[in-house]
Parts: sequence; structure tokens; C-alpha cells
Amino acid sequence: MKEINELNFSDDVKYSKSHEWAKISRDIVIVGLSDYAQDQLGEVVFVELPQNGDTLFKGDELGNVESVKAVSEIYIPVSGEILEINEGLEDAPELVNESCYENGWLVKVKPDDISELDDLMNKAEYLKMLKG
Amino acid sequence: MIQQPGTSGLIFNEPLLWDKSRNGRCAISLPKSDVERDLLDENLTGDSPDLPQLSELDVVRHYTRLSQWNFGVDSGMYPLGSCTMKYNPKTNEVQASRQGFASAHPLSGDEFSQGALKLMYNLEQSLCQITGFPAVTLQPAAGAHGELTGMLIIHAYFAKKGKQRSKIIIPDTAHGTNPASAALCGYIPVNVKSGPMGILEPETIAAIMDEDTAGIMITNPNTLGLFEANIKKIAEIVHSKGGLVYGDGANMNAIMGIVKPGEIGVDVLHLNLHKTFSTPHGGGGPGSGPVAVNKVLEPFLPIPRIVKELDTYKFITDCPDTIGKIHTFYGHFGIMVRAYAYILSMGAKGLTDASKLAVLNANYIKESLKGTLNLPYDRPCMHECVFNDEFQAKNHITTVDMAKRLLDYGFHPPTIYFPLVVHGAFMVEPTETESKEDIDQFIDAVKAIAGEAEEDPEKLKKAPLLTKVTRLDEVAAARKPCLRG
Repeated sequence: MKEINELNFSDDVKYSKSHEWAKISRDIVIVGLSDYAQDQLGEVVFVELPQNGDTLFKGDELGNVESVKAVSEIYIPVSGEILEINEGLEDAPELVNESCYENGWLVKVKPDDISELDDLMNKAEYLKMLKG
Repeated sequence: MIQQPGTSGLIFNEPLLWDKSRNGRCAISLPKSDVERDLLDENLTGDSPDLPQLSELDVVRHYTRLSQWNFGVDSGMYPLGSCTMKYNPKTNEVQASRQGFASAHPLSGDEFSQGALKLMYNLEQSLCQITGFPAVTLQPAAGAHGELTGMLIIHAYFAKKGKQRSKIIIPDTAHGTNPASAALCGYIPVNVKSGPMGILEPETIAAIMDEDTAGIMITNPNTLGLFEANIKKIAEIVHSKGGLVYGDGANMNAIMGIVKPGEIGVDVLHLNLHKTFSTPHGGGGPGSGPVAVNKVLEPFLPIPRIVKELDTYKFITDCPDTIGKIHTFYGHFGIMVRAYAYILSMGAKGLTDASKLAVLNANYIKESLKGTLNLPYDRPCMHECVFNDEFQAKNHITTVDMAKRLLDYGFHPPTIYFPLVVHGAFMVEPTETESKEDIDQFIDAVKAIAGEAEEDPEKLKKAPLLTKVTRLDEVAAARKPCLRG
């Protein structure tokens, strides 16, 4: 595992307390796991995601990620409908480790209320939380 | 400096039996046939099974060599937390191989099976005494099967009352199989967090327990190795809402002869004969997971049940509220013989002493290693203690690296990354059967490894180095599993 200052935190996403990130792209929200989360999990071997069209509420279980150490639940940081899941993760779950903010995204969501993202943290706030 | 048991030595390669097979080679000499050869109708026959053809020596060497690649409790300390890998005395095997037990047939009927029935009846009575419950079934084949049986009993109890419930409370320090057992019965597991002391707080349960909740599944001592000291209060809260308390007795090795779960509010409890009562475990199974219940739940026990009438024993099936059969015949009989042999060899005082020593050994390790490894819950433990890798994080050494390195020192690794409430958990359960000398060796090995984490972290990343197979690529195995040879 890395020290916090060795990790990479993207500036253009917002972070949840449970270490997911959310990025607004036009009228949809892309969700993924932070570099801290993927580093804590270790090498990811399987990602379970919902189906396209599922409707979830903020804080619901979005799915889970399995590493050689453990299975961890992931939570959706915004309510809405699942528009697309990252199907590439089925054959290449390592994308979550290798490219957590780009190719390793998890789902794209059509948000019910984009203002829900206001509760999330920016990079500075998230770093502050991690450093405790 | 303590001499460690681990060293390098000559280990043999060994091919598959099919690769060693040579046409016509055979391990037995059949007597010459004295009847005329008469072939079966071709429609009734097919190709013969592909069995390897080997001499007796081929077979003996094959399994002897494979056994050298292995690590068992007969070769070294096996401190696998929550698994109670205690030594299995050889007298258990002697008793189980006695002709009368080994050759008993489950279809031979009660009148020809009196010895076997008597043993099962007496084992049930012993387990009743140990747990403080009036009735036991020996049928379940293992711990999780016992959990399922217990939950089916709870489910049947609410069905009989005419109002089924939908949820079950499961603390974050319960055994990992508990939620699955409850979910198989249709209950929704509701996770609750333990308090800052690592045990459940009654207020947490009071806030969540309602009349749609069937009860709680509580592992006591819990998977942090801590005794749930509020168990009586928690049971009162659950009972006041009409719920039941399921006790996961997998950690019974800490409290035998000291605490009777039946007397502290637990309604149904499973035991693991292959943990607490020294029957073979893991690859040496099969297991056995008896379930003990209170008077109210007794009618729901699986059938057949054993009863004693005068001096004879028989199976009965006339139990209208039973959950039915949960195993063929009556479970794993050979395991019951071993467990009963253990209980009789130890006696009441011996079993109590076993628990006391198991707790003493774990506390000795906890105190000896707490400066070497981080100890998240620094308080007296029961039969196991949970450390983590926080002190080693600055050198990028994780729990798995230290666990793998222990193999080189001659110890089986502890349980790692469980319980989930401790990040990077390193969970040690020495059991009562390890001597102080062996435990000191283990403590010394962990200290040496912590030293290596400072001085030569790269070495730990590659460990184990002395085993036949060194560090495996577990990630590749999980991502790209090769499920066929």
C-alpha cells in the first residue's frame, strides 16, 4: 500500500466518504473508485455491477469489488438510473487499479437531482479526511 | 536465539498417477480364476474407466511425497484464527477404526446398531451438559450446515406461531457464513456494528430490534476473540420483542466448562466437533456441526432422533413439527466417535482446562507481540487475538507478506484479512495444545519477520522462499482461473 502523498487524486471529480468518485459530464454522472480505494483493496479480480436501467437511490449498494484480500461493497453517490456499466471490467477488472479515473470507471448514471453531488467532497476536503 | 523449525530440505517432485501408470502394472495378485470366463452382453458394457496401473510402491511413494509438500498440525503449529486447529489425539483414530464402528452399516437397523446408537446418544448427552441445553442433534455435516439447521429451526418456530418474520440481526464480528445461512432461510441479514470496545452494545440492538426481526446471530466469543459481555442484556432485548438468539458456537473452545450458552440467553447453538472436539479439520474432514436447542425449539429438531427406552436405543421419526432430514442417515458417524473419544479422554476437568489454556496461550501471544504488531483492541482476549500491519505500512509490508514469510520459519500462517472490522487483520489462535516452547518459537519468528520488514522488505515480498512452491500469483489465479487440467 502507498502513502497518501504517493496517490493520485483527480481535480475534476468529487469524492464520497466511502471513497467513490463522481464526475459530471454534460447531463450524466460517471462513478468510479478513488485511487485511495483501489490501493486499499489491492489487486481487483472481479467487479459486480447492476444492470442497465436499474434505478438506485443515493447510498444504495451499487455492487461490489473483489480483491484477493476481500470483497467490498460500493455505494452509489447519487440517485438515478443506470445508463451504462463499464463492460470492459468483466474481462479486465485490473482497470480499476490501473486507471481508476479513466478506463476503470464503474457506471454512468442519469441523475434524479444533480444537487445531491453538493454533499460530496472536493479534492482538498477528501485529502483532509484521508489524512484524518 | 531460538532455533526455528523451518529449514530447507530435499523435497521430491512427483508426477500425476496417470503419468506414472504403465500397462499391466498392478499392486495386487488376484488368485487364478477357477470358473470359466463368461462375457457380459456388449450392450451392458462400455469402455473401462481410465484408472492408473501402478505397483504398491508407486502408490506409497506418491502419497508420501505429496504429504511432504503439505503442512499439517502434525508437522507444526497451525495458529489459524477462528479455526481452532488443535492437535487431534491419535486415540480418536484408534477408537474410530474399531471394527464395530468402522464396519457398522446405517441400514442394518436399530437392533443391530445398539453400540453405535448408544455412542450417539451419549455424545448428545455430553454436548447437552457442556452447552447447558436439553436437546441436541448430531446430523449437520459441518459448521455452516449447523447454522443453516439452526436457522431452519428458528424459521419453523415462527411459521408454527403463524407469523413469519423477515429480518435477522448480524453483528460485524460474527462468522462470515452467518448472513448466508440466514439468507438461505429467507431472512434479510441486518448488519450492526460492534462498539468501540470490540463488543456489541445493548443500545445498538435495542435501537434495531423489532417485531419483524426473527432475532440475532451472535458469535461468542466473537471473531475479535472478545467475549460478548453484554450477551444477557442483548438476549433480554431480543426476547422482549419475541425474537430468538442464535449462538454461533464455533469459538466454544474458549469457554468449555466455564460458560454454558444455554444459561446466558442463547436459544439455539451450533458446535464444530472438528474445531472444539479435536476431530480432523480442513482437508482432513469431514466435519460435524451438532445443534443444541432449548425446550421450546426441541420439537423442530431434524429427524431421526435417538431415544433411550430402558436399556435400548432407537431412532424415532414421529415428530410432527420437525424441519425434516438434513443429512443422509444420521450425519458423519466416524467423526462422532472421535469427538466422543476426546470428551471421555479429557473429562469435565480436562475440557475446562483446555479452554483455560487456550485463553492463556492467546493472551500470552497478544502481550508478547503487541509492541511488534499493532493491536487494535488492546484488552484481555479469549482464545484468539487480532493484530494488523499498521506498524509495517511505512515499509510497504502488508499482512499477507508476513503471513507468507511465516511458512519459511516453519509455521502455518494465521488467518488474514478477517475479521473485516480490522483492516489488514492478522488473527492468531494458538489453541491449548501448543507448548510454551512452541509458542515462544512462534513469537520469536514473528519478531524476526517484523525485523526483516524494516531491513529487507523485498525479501518478504517474495516469501515464502523455502517451500516447494514459492509466492504464487494469486491475482492471476483469480482473474484468469484455469479450472481444468
